[in-house]
Amino acid sequence: MATATAIRRPTELHARLVVPDVEIGICLGTGGVAAGGDEVFAAFEAGLAGTGVFAVVKPREDACQGSCASITGTGCRGMCAMDVLVDVLTRKEGVESKVTYGTVTEKMVAKIIEEHIIGGEPVHKWIVLSDDEPTSHNEFYQLQDRLVLRNCGTIDPEIIDDYLEAGGYRGLYKVLTEMTPEQVHQEVLASGLRGRGGAGFPTGLKWKFAAEAPSATGEKFFICNGDEGDPGAFMDRSVLEGDPHSVFEGMAIGGYAIGADHGYVYVRAEYPLAIKRLKIALKQAEDRGLLGANIMDSDFSFHLKIKEGAGAFVCGEETALMQSIEGKRGMPRLRPPFPAQSGLWKSPTNINNVETLACVPWIITEGAEAFAGRGFEKSKGTKVFALTGKVKRSGLAEVPMGLTLRDVIYSIGGGMKDDKEFRAVQMGGPSGGCLPASLLDTRVDYEELNETGAIVGSGGMVVLDTDNCIVDTARFFLKFTQAESCGKCVPCRVGTVRMLEILTRICEGKGVPEDIGLLETLADDIKAGSLCALGGTAPNPVLTSLKYFREEFEEHINEKRCRAGACAELTTYWIVAEACTGCRACSRACPVDAITGEKKEVHVIDSEVCIRCGACYQKCRFDAVRRQ
Amino acid sequence: MSVGQGVESAVEAGGFDEAPLRDLLETYQDQRGALIPLLQGTQAAYGYLPAEAMESIARALREPLSQVFGVATFYAQFRLVPRARNVVRVCHGTACHVSGAPLVSLEIERNLGIGDGENTEDMMFTIENVACLGACGMAPVMMINDRTYGKLSPDSAVKAVKEFRAKEEGENGSGDTSAVSEAEDADGAEA
Repeated sequence: MATATAIRRPTELHARLVVPDVEIGICLGTGGVAAGGDEVFAAFEAGLAGTGVFAVVKPREDACQGSCASITGTGCRGMCAMDVLVDVLTRKEGVESKVTYGTVTEKMVAKIIEEHIIGGEPVHKWIVLSDDEPTSHNEFYQLQDRLVLRNCGTIDPEIIDDYLEAGGYRGLYKVLTEMTPEQVHQEVLASGLRGRGGAGFPTGLKWKFAAEAPSATGEKFFICNGDEGDPGAFMDRSVLEGDPHSVFEGMAIGGYAIGADHGYVYVRAEYPLAIKRLKIALKQAEDRGLLGANIMDSDFSFHLKIKEGAGAFVCGEETALMQSIEGKRGMPRLRPPFPAQSGLWKSPTNINNVETLACVPWIITEGAEAFAGRGFEKSKGTKVFALTGKVKRSGLAEVPMGLTLRDVIYSIGGGMKDDKEFRAVQMGGPSGGCLPASLLDTRVDYEELNETGAIVGSGGMVVLDTDNCIVDTARFFLKFTQAESCGKCVPCRVGTVRMLEILTRICEGKGVPEDIGLLETLADDIKAGSLCALGGTAPNPVLTSLKYFREEFEEHINEKRCRAGACAELTTYWIVAEACTGCRACSRACPVDAITGEKKEVHVIDSEVCIRCGACYQKCRFDAVRRQ
Repeated sequence: MSVGQGVESAVEAGGFDEAPLRDLLETYQDQRGALIPLLQGTQAAYGYLPAEAMESIARALREPLSQVFGVATFYAQFRLVPRARNVVRVCHGTACHVSGAPLVSLEIERNLGIGDGENTEDMMFTIENVACLGACGMAPVMMINDRTYGKLSPDSAVKAVKEFRAKEEGENGSGDTSAVSEAEDADGAEA
């Protein structure tokens, strides 16, 4: 427990001066911005000012006489496929009503202002979420339990008062005033929280080791791993962009628990918006005395720095990440010594993932039991999944551990896009694997998923349909790990190249029957001979694919056939004369001018010239382009 | 763009302009783990890592040049040759891959007449294929500089690149009518 007598409560916030009649919240996460969020924001600002009915105010800065409205840019609320998402909350005679509009564009803003905000009648056809008139999209949130994402999409991440008003920094206040460092790691251990970066190691135990480790240098460090490199995962980005203070607070609590007074947030350089918001948040927290020297006037100090990564997937591995902070090539090293004994600059160091840290303030304020009460067997609490690929509603979903894959894909995700047939779900990115339909009732739980050969991993969940080739997907991941191998261990450096060559020749129709056995032997050697998890798990996508989809490999090798039509060398395209209308859509789409034919006449594909990219197949609206 | 101006001013000086680097060295020289932030700052100022800059950094940090070069070549972010004024990053993450990113890449590369890692002749664009931009819900995705474009088709991606070029050329008033952009205009009119 900190000893200072008058620790300041983190309640000194700039309160709202007005309660606006209308509050508009616009998603300005990366997804929202990509869909035109900034333009929608500007359109609301201009549109509302133009009506003359409402004064547009900043509720904490401006007082207001007549009717007023506020416009807030928020973080990601998960339904990224429907961006730009816009919440409109109206207050009339004390009654609040809120609806969410989806896929909003600039052009729709005027109608929303005129009919809904002024006229009082929501524009029903554009509503995606509403308490009063549930739509099919309400299912997206029904099975979710949002602890990590508690503030994402509701607060303005660039205004610290929003976070404070939502209960922010009270967890830190509680540990500083009521708890010893030991009680803190005990509490986290009791919650059952396990590392959300993929390994699933108990967080409380990790903290205990770092807390008990003596420091020869007199320093200890607390690092947040925001080097979210798994292709297909973006939960950490969304938390950093949408609720940066929750990560800072988790780090400060952890720093107190292990006795560290310096911390680093290591973020991918590919996340410019996250870096910008972190810098704003850090400045605001320091200005309020919530980070830095003598936090809340206690004797606990915690100084944070934001470190930008420089583009190396292997830096997600903790020893490589520390090398990178030290300014070196990010190459993993042998453990032991573990970072808890000798980490950054040879000092005891603790590293946790973004999502793990965002859970911490919640656990401290709500209690370990509340967290442990969620989940399944040895996997407690919730997990955020990035649900993408061929599902109707892709986005971020936070669910209690123990839900089945089917629940996530079919209830939250709304099922398959364009009602195509489910082929596989890829779990855990380049360290995970593809699972078939027969395993859809597997629970999302560390142990149960490990048994299948896939992993919870960082939470990437990519759904594949029958247009996606399993062999090509395995090759895709191998290509990734091969390129990202740091080169230290020969089995990983050379072995991944050899595996990629074999997979490539299988995809090109040049595979031989011995290739499957060769892949399996190489996979075993790479797993056994690599120092870090990158090499140790690199063969997983191939191994799980061979386990569940062996017949597809055999088809490629023996029959020279790709059933998905995704492997160019094994696919031919032709046009069915009876169905062709001569609309020229295909010939315009063809990147190599392989399609000839006059307008309104039957077109022909020259298979000598065709590169089998499938552009014509996708463009044809008359089902005239066929492939096999 | 500031990056482009940095390159030009360095070139105009008829050699290597040390000034931006000197400021960076002053800021970082005495910090632990300064090498990567220094290289990042250098790249932001010059658009790439000039050999002269790496030599100065090595001297200032009292590190062997091989160490600096080793770090510069390890990380994907660093470039040892100048790149164009604007960078088109095409995402090849899992979600983008299964949603058609290869076709998007093919079409952009065809349109600009360059491949991954190359610059257009007029130094307007560099193409970089990247592993994942983290906007998987909007797949397939690309970025032009710091702006993200989502739910792309090969056509809409090329359209975005063309609009970006038109805007840049309009702003600079250069009226650059190279053979490349003329061909693009004709192509665009037909589509």
